[in-house]
Amino acid sequence: MSAPDAWRLLRQATQARVGLGRAGDALPTAEILRLDAAHALARDAVHSPLDVDTLAAHLQEASGLDVVRVASEAADRAEYLQRPDLGRRLAEDTELDAGPDGWDLAVVVADGLSARAVQSHAAGLLAALLPRLAGWAVAPPVVATQARVALGDDVGARLGAAMVLVLVGERPGMSAPDSLGAYLTWGPRAGLVDSERNCVSNIRPPHGLSYDHAAEVLAALLTESRRRGLSGVELKDTGAALG
Amino acid sequence: MSWTATVGGHSYRFGGLRDLLAKASPPRSGDVLAGCAASSAAERVAARTALADLPLTHFLDEPVVDPDTDDVTRLILDTHDAEAFAPVRSLTVGGLRDRLLAWDTDAATLSALAPGLTPEMVAAVAKLCRVADLVGIAAKTRVVTGFRTTVGLPGRLATRLQPNHPTDDPVGITASLVDGLLHGSGDAVVGINPATDRPATVRALLELIDDARQRIDAPVQSCVLTHVTTTLDLLAEGAPIDLVFQSVAGTQAANRGFGVTLDQLSEAREAALALERGIVGNQVMYFETGQGSALSADAHHGVGGPVDQQTLEARAYAVCRAFDPLLVNTVVGFIGPEYLYDGKQILRAGLEDHFCGKLLGVPMGVDVCYTNHAEADADDMDTLLVTLATAGCSFVICVPGGDDVMLAYQSLSFTDVLGVRQVLGLRPAPEFESWLASVGLLDDAGRVPPLDPGALPALTSGLGR
Repeated sequence: MSAPDAWRLLRQATQARVGLGRAGDALPTAEILRLDAAHALARDAVHSPLDVDTLAAHLQEASGLDVVRVASEAADRAEYLQRPDLGRRLAEDTELDAGPDGWDLAVVVADGLSARAVQSHAAGLLAALLPRLAGWAVAPPVVATQARVALGDDVGARLGAAMVLVLVGERPGMSAPDSLGAYLTWGPRAGLVDSERNCVSNIRPPHGLSYDHAAEVLAALLTESRRRGLSGVELKDTGAALG
Repeated sequence: MSWTATVGGHSYRFGGLRDLLAKASPPRSGDVLAGCAASSAAERVAARTALADLPLTHFLDEPVVDPDTDDVTRLILDTHDAEAFAPVRSLTVGGLRDRLLAWDTDAATLSALAPGLTPEMVAAVAKLCRVADLVGIAAKTRVVTGFRTTVGLPGRLATRLQPNHPTDDPVGITASLVDGLLHGSGDAVVGINPATDRPATVRALLELIDDARQRIDAPVQSCVLTHVTTTLDLLAEGAPIDLVFQSVAGTQAANRGFGVTLDQLSEAREAALALERGIVGNQVMYFETGQGSALSADAHHGVGGPVDQQTLEARAYAVCRAFDPLLVNTVVGFIGPEYLYDGKQILRAGLEDHFCGKLLGVPMGVDVCYTNHAEADADDMDTLLVTLATAGCSFVICVPGGDDVMLAYQSLSFTDVLGVRQVLGLRPAPEFESWLASVGLLDDAGRVPPLDPGALPALTSGLGR
């Protein structure tokens, strides 16, 4: 086996950056630039603001529902990154009214740590999911900025929803700057802990989960959650949904 | 007890040792989040001024975390060595800094002193040190440990080779292992963070590294960083376990959050010691820590309020040293910007952690790392690496290209360490250095030549089949 063949085999075996070559005791210029580019995309994903108008239009198209906009208590990105507690609370002047009959499901689209993920994938996922929830009373989707997953608890409670689904931009990695996560929580209220949620992560076609695959898993989880009146570790443990 | 100090004509009052330590901490996001940070730069200096005058003996009288509810505090108080403490007993915190910097305070003095220092004393003196002090004092300490290699000798910088893979795929892990070995990495440990805690997977990874080690006849120790209870079960099954790993923190509540007790650590250590797999030593424990871990578990509460994250981190080293570890490292930039916001905070924290660990007699390494949502980049990591290597850091962690594709964060690349070893004249662990030379991976100038995978035929010849 020649040297190039050996490196090719190693590279095929992993996404890890093996066999990058050397410039003395450092990496070659081309590899440094590749690493810089990957870091730049991840940084931009964290810091680029969500284009709320465009997202709202896409969500409206995908759901046929009006879209509501809210913000967390974190004033800007710097505060959001340093104060996760503020990103979990709705801004003081937020007005959200419960529907007359309550809702089966509230959907919150939160920028999280990657606005790019939300911008790219939230509407597509919703368009794949809603037809699988025939007969459900789904509240108008809520777009939340400077928001973390737990902000959905407050939104769901104020809307009077039985459960909440939060679509959120996940922490970007060097190889995945646009990964969307979906967290479902039964009985949203303040003070829930993460073990009371279920999560489907890495929704980012074509590299990660497709919209249809993620929607299939989520619809099964949501249905089972509603049937049993719970979410979290116990729901996951049944194994019925995630197969 | 309370203290006051005046800065700029304003008098500041500090209620209790916990409050004084927190307010004296250099600025960091985690202490603001916890609600214990100084509210202004002047208040911070006032706290440092009051802290500098505090007698060291006071630390033995006023715990920052209640011993009635916290076994880490009890461990600290029960194991304090009054005889070792005697030479500094009459000093203040400021006086201790001056003593540590003195010319005649050498490696032997510092080793003898270590059992007499509590984590809170060491955390306090770190708060009075500039970066140059953290480097200069740590560079004088010597903590040497051994298993199949010797770690911590002067003039050496070892590495943990971290060949992680998102699905624990054996061929993928082998690829990163080969890449690392070809760069002369792995003399501290070959350590995998598994994607799953499934015992069968963990055992398969342990056997993969152990088999590779024997095929290439390399003096390395292996570790799969799974929970200590999983390791205990695998020990009972006869899996090839060199090192017992566990994440630990500075309060009983935080350790409970990790699902671990001090008794479990003792039990696992005894079981691993009994295997006697070491050659040059038989230190079998490997711990990871990091500022902010207690806060993230809501387990940072002390006497009268929150304890600052740097003091809690130093307390984690008291847990480590009770189990005579081979390796300890802080995962300094991994936890995120809500604890360490930017490159400046990560740099300072990495140097504090190394300093505190070494003063307490712990074989301290650092995972020089950051996440993409922190205000940091590869330049900050270069600065931290060069500074730590100058400070005599025992080991650092390396992944291919510095990009960990399993944990989605950036650590050092193998080449980063080759570069700093050349610049500072540092060498790998001696046993590993001899092995590198024997397989052509070290030239006469102490450099690692760029070889292809064919240089390790015992590992790569089967890959193409």
